[in-house]
Amino acid sequence: MQDQAETKKKENIMREAFAEGLMEAMKRNRDVVYLEADLAGALGTGNVFKRYPEQSFNVGIMEANMMGVAAGMSVNGKIPFIHSFGAFASRRIADQLYLSGCYNGANVKVMGSDPGVAAETNGGTHMPLEDMGVLRSFPGLTILDIADTNLMLSAVGKMAETYGMFYVRFPRKGVINYYEEGTKFEFGKGMILREGTDISIIACGLEVQEALKAAGELERKGVSVQVVDMFTVKPIDRDLVIECAEKTGAVVTAENHNRIGGLGSAVAEVLVESCPVPMQRIGSPDVFGEVGDRNFLMKKFGITAGDIVEAALKMVSRKV
Amino acid sequence: MIEPDKLKEWKSFAAEIRKKLLEAIASKGVGHVGGSLSIADTLAVLYGGVMNIDPQNPNWEDRDYIVISKGHSGPAMYAALALKGYFPMEMLKTLNRNGTMLPSHTDRKKTPGVDMTTGSLGQGISLAAGLAFADKLNGKNRYTYAIVGDGELDEGQVWEAALFIAHRKLNNLILLIDANGKQLDGTTREICCLGEIEKKFEAFGFHAIRVADGNDVEQVADAIGQAKSEQKKPSAVVLHTVKGAGVSHYEAMANCHSCGVSAQELEDACRELDSLRAADNREGR
Repeated sequence: MQDQAETKKKENIMREAFAEGLMEAMKRNRDVVYLEADLAGALGTGNVFKRYPEQSFNVGIMEANMMGVAAGMSVNGKIPFIHSFGAFASRRIADQLYLSGCYNGANVKVMGSDPGVAAETNGGTHMPLEDMGVLRSFPGLTILDIADTNLMLSAVGKMAETYGMFYVRFPRKGVINYYEEGTKFEFGKGMILREGTDISIIACGLEVQEALKAAGELERKGVSVQVVDMFTVKPIDRDLVIECAEKTGAVVTAENHNRIGGLGSAVAEVLVESCPVPMQRIGSPDVFGEVGDRNFLMKKFGITAGDIVEAALKMVSRKV
Repeated sequence: MIEPDKLKEWKSFAAEIRKKLLEAIASKGVGHVGGSLSIADTLAVLYGGVMNIDPQNPNWEDRDYIVISKGHSGPAMYAALALKGYFPMEMLKTLNRNGTMLPSHTDRKKTPGVDMTTGSLGQGISLAAGLAFADKLNGKNRYTYAIVGDGELDEGQVWEAALFIAHRKLNNLILLIDANGKQLDGTTREICCLGEIEKKFEAFGFHAIRVADGNDVEQVADAIGQAKSEQKKPSAVVLHTVKGAGVSHYEAMANCHSCGVSAQELEDACRELDSLRAADNREGR
């Protein structure tokens, strides 16, 4: 029983990290508010509502209005965090996020939970494999892909103190941390998780763990791998992308997202203009999501550590 | 009871707003004439003393907020702002010119006195709700005025916002519905009939106030006064206006949503507005 409870606790660490970070931010600054479109139960933010009832609001199932209200509140001095499942926090409210949010110069932190394969049994309707593609061309929007609790805690606190529009995709549960407690982060700066010389794997979100697994396997095959967590997908860390390409001469990107429009596209845009090297994008192959557990979906979309290994070997062989 | 002098002042102000917005549109040759003219009287009342504002300090922190959710009526707002001294009158002629601070749709980042960016219909009402909601949380006493078009009521987001505003009892938010009965392609009745707008807002939990002639400054001011005295509910003032109001040429047009204004048409319109004012003055109205 205790084991089961322990597993459950670990399972939910991401959403707990969000709630914890948010409550800390709310305590520090009473203008930090949380707007929810009726998914507090799903996100496990009941405690936030209990402890900060004057700063937490369930607006009802109306994401478009929630985005607008939040933007209006931010123009009047509040710092709103809003949440829905990623599909509804991005594509459903794309125009509100663009116009009431970005174009309007608002200050809203849009939390989109369960990106890509993390949506699992909610299936294709709830499985954003396109959110970054939809949002990456919105001027002024910072896009984060996070699957580590220490990064989440830090990012929530920093977002509360940074004026501007953010979109954060994050799984509610089932993550294995890749950062130590107290690690320092900066928006727009990728994190080098592992140094190497033969190839760089630039990953984000849930694919960071896959990249690390792939790097271990490649190392055993005699390939020296650099692994970067590009948790800020926009603005992309151009300098680091170029540095990786110059140092290792080949790049593989890995994301829990359509190959079109997300991290792979962002890295390719930098490389093709500044430092063309052999490169392959690991991501879902421009298909819709579907119901399935995470492992099944990762295999189906070709985004496992094994897929990364295969791509990396191919890219190394293409180096001149 | 509103002082006769005040009414006279508002009527003159409304006529000036009309002239200036037509001048601005004429200098470009084309623009959103109809919906700008239909709200001129409401803006005259708001900027003529009902709204708590300081033109010398557009960002004064205690000012009332105004959101033109039907953002294409920017020209009317710009005319009112220029007449109140928010920026030089000459700037009106830059409307929709390259690099202008007066874009077709209202933009808070560009124009002094514009509190919110709008243009995608249905969004301004939520933004206004956010402004008013934050004030409620902060215990701040001020009004937020949101001008929403009747064609705009087709947008689903308006009704999401209406539920939210009523549920949160935002009586510090006054909705002003410009019910001119026309949208871009025709009448609201033909395109997607709205039924009785007042009843719809009442059903959503608003205090709905019908203004039979939304182009009459006295009726508009009365309705806003009633809205302000409502302590429990938000108010929706439904202004039955005429698209193109105040200028017979545009009133008679089937579709003046966006149309040309030639030099001659401008001259005729100004003459008409001046002669109406003169007639009103003679009759002491």
